[in-house]
Amino acid sequence: MIAGVVARSGSLAVDLAEPLSYGFFRRGLVVAVIAGALCGLVGVFVVLRNMSYIGHGLSHAVFGGAAVAAVAGFSFFVGAGAWGLASGLLIAWVARRRIIGADAAIGVITTASFAIGLALQARFGQARRSIEAVLFGNVLGVFRGDIVLVLAVMCASIAAIALAYRHLLFATFDPEVANVSGVRVARIEALLMLLLSGTILVTVRVVGVLLISALLVLPAVCARMLTNSFRRMLWTSPLLGAAFGGVGMYVSWFADVPSGAVIILVGTAVFAVVYATLGWSRRRRLTSLAVH
Amino acid sequence: MIDHVDLSVRRGEFLGVVGPSGSGKTTVLRALLGAIVPVHGRVLTAPGLRLAYVPQVETVDWNFPVTVAEVVSMSRPGAGRLGRGTAAQRREVDDLLERLGLGGLARRHIRELSGGQQQRVFLARALAQRPHLLVLDEPTSGVDVRTRHEVLHVLEELNQDGIAMVLTTHDLNGLAAHLPRLVCFNHTIIADGSPMAVLRPDVLERTYGAPMEVLEHGGMPVVLDQQPHRLRAVGGEGA
Repeated sequence: MIAGVVARSGSLAVDLAEPLSYGFFRRGLVVAVIAGALCGLVGVFVVLRNMSYIGHGLSHAVFGGAAVAAVAGFSFFVGAGAWGLASGLLIAWVARRRIIGADAAIGVITTASFAIGLALQARFGQARRSIEAVLFGNVLGVFRGDIVLVLAVMCASIAAIALAYRHLLFATFDPEVANVSGVRVARIEALLMLLLSGTILVTVRVVGVLLISALLVLPAVCARMLTNSFRRMLWTSPLLGAAFGGVGMYVSWFADVPSGAVIILVGTAVFAVVYATLGWSRRRRLTSLAVH
Repeated sequence: MIDHVDLSVRRGEFLGVVGPSGSGKTTVLRALLGAIVPVHGRVLTAPGLRLAYVPQVETVDWNFPVTVAEVVSMSRPGAGRLGRGTAAQRREVDDLLERLGLGGLARRHIRELSGGQQQRVFLARALAQRPHLLVLDEPTSGVDVRTRHEVLHVLEELNQDGIAMVLTTHDLNGLAAHLPRLVCFNHTIIADGSPMAVLRPDVLERTYGAPMEVLEHGGMPVVLDQQPHRLRAVGGEGA
């Protein structure tokens, strides 16, 4: 029996190593893990500041920029980046005037952006493939350059969060008091928007527009349920995001299902388990309180 | 909103601002803190004066994932370093918690505390900024009698250590009457002086727009509604 188990785990190891012999899978795995970690890290702020709709909106806005770039024939990052930045500033400006709410401003500006992308995709067939890559993600088509970019944004985010840690926490928890306590809240908010846009820009081609807002929310929400400490949430969430990315890639390989969808489904499964366990233990605690 | 406000707070003073809801009490605090700039007039502060603000506990997001230690250390001057800071900074936070009777609670989530402890955590956050002047918005709103005594006692001790206090309150008898100086406020200053001097029926009527009676109890004013109004029980024939 023991020999049988060993043999089976041995063959399992062979199976798991098999996709690693393909360069495109190795690159995809690396980029999915880093992208997951990055979304998990930035997602902490997205979730705690109730910005998930902004993440959702920005990724859609970026799609418009990507389509323009594909049609006009210049770099994806230039087109999507400039477009995303412009949409972000426009949203902030519209929201600050308080004629309509921020969520409505996002709804208007980003869906318009998305619609422009769709229109361009339909009208200019030759750019179709690169536009579709942005829409659905193409983790197996990443180049070394993509990995470097995701890694660079990851390092920049870690550095920014470490340097501005206390101000970020203060401005996120209690912006009004932070403001009168010498924290430049507007600057902190701009920094967060910058990190979020950068993150979306470099991960959008990995998991795709349609799934990116989920990756910005799922790891952070799971981490939030697992801890009551901000600091612990800041490292738990990236770890979960990385795990979603890595496990999702493997499942995607063996199940032959698009990786973006699988990554999100893995995250959703973990979310469901944590949520159910937490609900169960809380109910049990309540019952035991009621009994005593 | 507020008009003709001439108010000065001196070193080590303890001042309460009372007035009806919507009278602009919080606006005065915000102007004092520099969060808003008056359209006319100026707010002058002594050079190098450090102010710290304690918000109403009702405005706090109790679901936010922060521990007591994280709240207290978030206001520390200077941004910087992920984690718990240097050993000296950590000791400072511990000392502060110990001093406010929160020792041993550093790793607790803020929701797991009693009302008085929650109020003191936010007091500790303000004190971490080593203020000369502490500004508190309704420090005893929504707390029970025991917690109110507890908060008042802590504020008194801090004031004796030389920290000036400015607070707003709706609690005339439980808090305002105990303070050395009181300002009655309704869009402008109605009266400014000791509780005995300002808690008078005429001043209170001008401040609140309702008649009130003032009794004296143990050398302190006690404010009462002039017309006690008993609500009739509805539909209670047999009662």
